[in-house]
Parts: sequence; C-alpha cells; structure tokens
Amino acid sequence: MKLYLKYFAINLKCQMQYKAAFFIHLLSRVVLSFATVASVLVMFARFNEVEGFTLSQVLLCASAILMSFSITEVFARGFDIFPRLLGNGEFDRYLVRPRGIIYQVTASHMEFGRLGVFVQAIAVLCYAIPNSGVVWTWDKILTLFLMITCGAVVFAGLYIIFASFTFFTTEGLEFMNILTHGGKEFGRYPFVIYGGGILKFLTYVVPLAVVQYYPLLYLLGMEDGVFYMLCPLFGILFLIPSYIFFRIGLRRYKSIGA
Amino acid sequence: MITLSGINKTFRVTKRQAGFAHAVKALFSREYEVIKALSDVNFTVGDGEMVGYIGPNGAGKSTTIKIMCGILTPDSGVCDINGRTPWRDRVAHVAQIGVVFGQRSQLWWDVPVVDSLELIRDIYKTDEATYRRNLDELTQLLDLGEILKTPARSLSLGQRMRCEIAASLIHSPRILFLDEPTIGLDAVSKIAVRQFIKRLNAQHGTTVILTTHDMQDIEALTQRILLIGKGRILLDGSLEELKKRSSERKTLVVKYSGSPPPLVTGMAISGEKDGRLVLELDPAIVRVNEGIAHLAAHCELQDVSVSDITAEEMVAALYKEYQI
Amino acid sequence: MRAYFSLLRIRFINGLQYRAAALAGISTQFAWGFMEILAFSAFYRANPDAFPMEFSQLVQYIWLQQAFLGVIVPWSWGGNITETIVNGNIAYELVRPMNLYNRWYFESLANRLANAAMRCLPILAVAFLLPAPFRMNLPANLGGLGLFAVSLTLTVLVVSAYVILDYISVFYTMSRYNAIFSVAADFLAGGYIPLSFFPATLRRILELSPFGAMQNLPLRIFNGEIAGSDAMWGIALQVFWLIVMVLLGKLLMKHSLKRVVAQGG
Repeated sequence: MKLYLKYFAINLKCQMQYKAAFFIHLLSRVVLSFATVASVLVMFARFNEVEGFTLSQVLLCASAILMSFSITEVFARGFDIFPRLLGNGEFDRYLVRPRGIIYQVTASHMEFGRLGVFVQAIAVLCYAIPNSGVVWTWDKILTLFLMITCGAVVFAGLYIIFASFTFFTTEGLEFMNILTHGGKEFGRYPFVIYGGGILKFLTYVVPLAVVQYYPLLYLLGMEDGVFYMLCPLFGILFLIPSYIFFRIGLRRYKSIGA
Repeated sequence: MITLSGINKTFRVTKRQAGFAHAVKALFSREYEVIKALSDVNFTVGDGEMVGYIGPNGAGKSTTIKIMCGILTPDSGVCDINGRTPWRDRVAHVAQIGVVFGQRSQLWWDVPVVDSLELIRDIYKTDEATYRRNLDELTQLLDLGEILKTPARSLSLGQRMRCEIAASLIHSPRILFLDEPTIGLDAVSKIAVRQFIKRLNAQHGTTVILTTHDMQDIEALTQRILLIGKGRILLDGSLEELKKRSSERKTLVVKYSGSPPPLVTGMAISGEKDGRLVLELDPAIVRVNEGIAHLAAHCELQDVSVSDITAEEMVAALYKEYQI
Repeated sequence: MRAYFSLLRIRFINGLQYRAAALAGISTQFAWGFMEILAFSAFYRANPDAFPMEFSQLVQYIWLQQAFLGVIVPWSWGGNITETIVNGNIAYELVRPMNLYNRWYFESLANRLANAAMRCLPILAVAFLLPAPFRMNLPANLGGLGLFAVSLTLTVLVVSAYVILDYISVFYTMSRYNAIFSVAADFLAGGYIPLSFFPATLRRILELSPFGAMQNLPLRIFNGEIAGSDAMWGIALQVFWLIVMVLLGKLLMKHSLKRVVAQGG
C-alpha cells in the first residue's frame, strides 16, 4: 500500500510537469462526457420517460456509470494502453521486477486527466439527487456507493480482458470497445430498455447490469429486496475470469515473446 | 552459477509480401514461417565471471537473455540460475538479478532521477541502509552527483545510461545482464561505463553477462566470449584464443613516397587510409621483418606500423567463417 | 499529384493487411448500431407521436451512419500527426517538398477512404438482410440517391478540412488530447442523435452551421427527411463551409508554422 502511494505520487508529479496540457486534457474529457449527458437531455426534451424512467432517474443512472468508468480510466489506464507497453518493452521490465504483474501495470500508469468525466458526473449527480425523488437513507447511500465502486471493478475486469487479448493479437481489439466505451455510453440508460436478451447478457456474461440496473431499482424504491441492494458485489466476481484469462495470455507471451 | 543445457526455442512468424495483390490475398490465407531462435544452447557461467555474448542481429542473443531473465520460457531444456528456474520462480529469481536494456529506459521520464531510484528501492524492498550505501557508491563511481536531481528527459544519452545502470544495481543483484549498454554513447561515456562495470565485477564479484556489437566493450571487459549464430553457440573461449584461432595475420600500415612498392607472396593490399597503404601479412608465409625489409628495399619508406588484427576484424572473420 | 496517390495506395495496403482489425471493426460498429436502434425503439414505445420521423427512417440513418462511419466522423484516424507536433518531429515534415496542409488533407482523405472501403459494404449488406424492425430499406425516392452521393462526398471533404483545424490547435495548446473540437462536432453534427430530435430552434441553427454540413445532411437526404430544394440548398451550404474551412485552415497553418519556426520546433 505504501508502495502504491509512492507510485501515485510519482504519477501525479509527472503529470503536473505539464499543467496546461493536463487541464486541456481534463477539459476535453468533460466535453466528451457532456456529449453523453447532453444526448439524454435532448431526448428528454421530446419524451417524458423511457421504460418508466424519468429524466432525473436516468441522469442518476448515467452519473453513476460515468463515475465508475472514469475511476477505471484513471487507475487501470495501464491496461488500456497495454499494446504500447508490450511494444516498447516496458512490460518486459515489469517481468524482471519482484512484484505482481497486474499490480505493476496498474500502479505504473494513472492518468489523472481522465478525472474530467468524474467531475462532470458529480455535477450531474448534484442535479439528479434532489430531483430523483429518492429519500437518501444510509442504505440508499450505500447502494449508490456500491454501484460506483463495483462498477469500476467490472470495467477494470473488461480492461484486463482487453489487455489479455493483446498477448494473442494486436489487431482487431476494437470489438472490446463495445463493452468498455459502449458500456459507459449505453449505460446512461438503465439496461432494461435494450430488451430482455441484452439484459440477460449484461447480467450473466458481462455483469454491467448487476452494478447498474438492479441496484438502481432498489435506489429508486422500485424493488426493496436486500438482494437488489447488494447485487453490485457480484460484479467483483468478474475479476476471477479476467485474471485467469490474463494468466493464460501471460503464459503465451512468455512462450512466444512480443 | 548459471547453467543452460539443451535450450531450444522456436517462433512462428507471418510472412508478408509487398504489393497490393499480396495484401488482398493475405486477407484470406496466411503463410507462416517457423524460425528456430535457439537450438541446443549449452553453457555455464560461474559466479563472478564476466562473459561477452556476441553474434550478429537476430542470432538469438536477446532470446537467450530473455530466457535467463525469466521473460521467455524455452520450448525445452534446463536453465538453472543460483538453484532456480527463472520462468518457474519469477519473483524470487528477479530479486537477485539486475537488467539493463540499452535501448530502453526504466526511469520515469518527467521526474528527477532520484525519485525513480527511490521508487525502485521500494519495489525491491531494499532496506534504507543498503540503499544509502549503494546509492553513495554508485553516485561516486558513476559521477552522478548533480544528475540525480535532473529529470530523465533532460539528460544526455550518456548521463541517462549511467543512471539506468545505477537503477539496475540499487538492490545489489548478484547477476547483472547488460543488453547493449554502450549503444549510441560517445567515447567518454563508453569508457566511463566500461570502467564502472569492471570495478563492479572486481569489487563485488557480480556476475556480468554482456551483449554488445562494440568489440571494444569486449576487449575492455571480458576474458570469455560466447559466439552465437543462427541460434547455436559456435564458440566459447577467451578473446586471445579466438584471435589466435581465427588468424595470426598482421596488419601493416605503410607511408612511402615515390612509386608503390611491389609485394611478395604472403602480403596483400587491403586498402588505403589517409594516404597510407594498408597491407595484410601472413606470418606463416613471410616473416614480418622480411616483409618490412622487402618494402624498404623497393621504395622510400617514411613510416611503418605493425598490429594484430582487431577484435572487430576477428569477429567479422568469424561471422564469415560460420556464414552467419 | 503522384505523391498523393502513392500515399493513398499505401494506406489501402496497410488497411487490407489487418483483416482481423477490419472484421472486429465491422462487428463492433454493427453491435453499436444495433444498441442505438434498441435505445431509440424504447423511446418510440414510450411515445410514438413524439418521434420526429418514421422508425424505419431512423433505422436507415443509424445503419448508414455505421456503414460510413470511417469517412464521416470529425476526428482523425492516423493519430500520429498530433504526436509529431507535440514532440517536435514536425520539423522533419517541414523539410519535405510537399505543402503540409495538402499533405495532411490527403492523408486524412486516404485514411478515411481506406477505412470505409473495408467496412461499408459488409455492414450495409447485413443491414439489408436483417429481420423487420431492424432492416435497412432503400429510400422511397430513389432519385435522392444521386443527391446523397454528392452530399456524402462533400461531407468527407468538409470533415477532412475540419480535422486539420484540430491539428492546428495543437500548435497552440501543445496537448496530445485536443479532442475537444472533434467530440463537440460529433455531437453537433448528429453523431450521437440525429439533429431531427433536437429542439426546433437549436436544430435550425445547427443546420446552418458547419456541423449541419457534416454527416447530418447526406444521412437525412438518404432517409428522405430532406429532399428537393432543401437538399440542394443544404449542398450549397456544404460547398460554402468547405471553402471557408479550407481557406481558414491554410491561413491558420501559415500563422502556426511561423510560430514553430520562431520557436525552433
């Protein structure tokens, strides 16, 4: 943990060397996520509800998923740029150091400019919280917290899978975008609006709905089972297949090289 | 103690040809080529030895180094380094070794070097006293003083390489792998790096394995050479032995005035340098003093120098001999 | 001119080599389009009267957008131009005997064409074969296809000119992440949702702006929302914005290159 803080400090120090570039990056991230939010606003200028969810309920959902995504983008950035790490030999350096590989990939690359999305999401949350009609008792706060943190974990799992694929091929990884960026983009609406098939897929295969739709029902008082509230914790299990896949990829890398 | 025996490694690569038609064709079918990167590699390096590992590009040097570092797993064979197999026991193994990749950096680009070193100290869990001692020694020997406070991005290549070496030695490794440590450096930096490595080996008994294309590195540092070509170890011996083995020919550089001298058998013109004639002489056919006497008798000699063939020429001759 | 064509050729060959990339790209875009249609259909179910067009027109819009994504998005494909500006390697570009603006412009065009050539037909082919609510149909009025082709061509020219403005801004910000312009343009040009869904006043302003001269026009000509004299008028606006942006780009480029020379790269 102490070492992680050291990494944190050195990452921060590096990025603060270029303050102007840092703030432009931050700003561009705000604009980027603003487009996501603005598209919700435009649709709701015309429609009053979608699948029974009102504007502020959708915004609550959108801000939670944006926060999850941005946490992952900041702290699991190393997996996002993994092809680069393999290409420039940085990954080999991790292999000759006496620390966990996933730990080193995570700790060596944090990109604070990507907090721009988080900043934006907080603003949206501030609007949505008073307007969504939720009575903020401790269990609701806990639910929202679990949605955000466990959501970040699921996204991290997706990034790890993306990185694992790069051990096998460097081309054609675009399809992971539909789950990572797509998860964030389409996750602005509760996943139920995309129909039963998609919802099942996002429940049992890639558990994004587990950190979004089900706890949202609890948050909005549409369901009151404790199961719905603690549902996001199941998302953490997604790290198990991600980790196994990464180990398989690593074994291949060690036998084939870059 | 490093022991490699019967190490084999193959890679499969995609064949690609130039041109539009081939690119379209490759959409549907692809050809692969199997490359044997290492075949039956065997050698042993004792504690405290310094070994130069040479061979042309693509001969398998990096593959061998990567196997010894635990980055690659061989197809078959045994690799034992201080009682461990690198690819089975990664963490314990790498805590004992230091690696310098000459063309890559392990320093954080935008912060002072000392910040990187402190992070590396924590990565290796080196205790503060050892860190202090090592840092002081490295600072003094590599002349790092002011450099440590400078961000890596503002360092010259030579300064940076000194820091890279320091970064690889913070945790007092017992074995140091150097992959082209002097590449791109100016003469002064090269000498500084060589002197340091020599002293490290002498004072701490660190085992050093060095790959390089610079034969002066080899001449300055290593007694023992491993020559690899097309994935096989071709030669394993001392520099002197190799020199003798490859050729005993001498090089004569001659300055004269007037018309060029006629030659006797056993002498051949190999070129011209700065208005001087460069001759090759084979002592098995004509003795050196006879050769010079012959030249002196037939032209106005102003200056003559005699030298053994350089390590550079020797290696070129070896590559030619083994057709690698 | 020859140099530009060999540039185009290299891009094509490069694109063809990566078959897995193309395949993955196609399936990603396909899935993306599918999800978008599903989202819109949820809104359609909620209130069909509030939908500004027929659902089949929206389906046409989405599939066409995905099929031609490579040529119409207002961001660049070959990402290393920004990098060369930031790290100073732009100096090497300046010693080549090619006008830098033209070079970038053609590179952008070449990348776009190579990208779309691989992806457009497969996506359309599948979209035409899908079952009912998702199936893409030909426009009711086939005469619009000619106008669509003209307008699409102009869109590609306009976005290529726009992207260069993004590059030029890098000279001033020296940031690798200058995507602000691109993202904003993508949204304002109807990349997220068709402009038809925007509130009336905002929509009218955007239709007159350079953003309306991007993907908005050809896609809505194809699905029949814009036809006849409106379409002609839109195309005239595209030509106008194209000229303005190329001139502006060339002017700004001159200015920013002076900066580079003054700073010594």
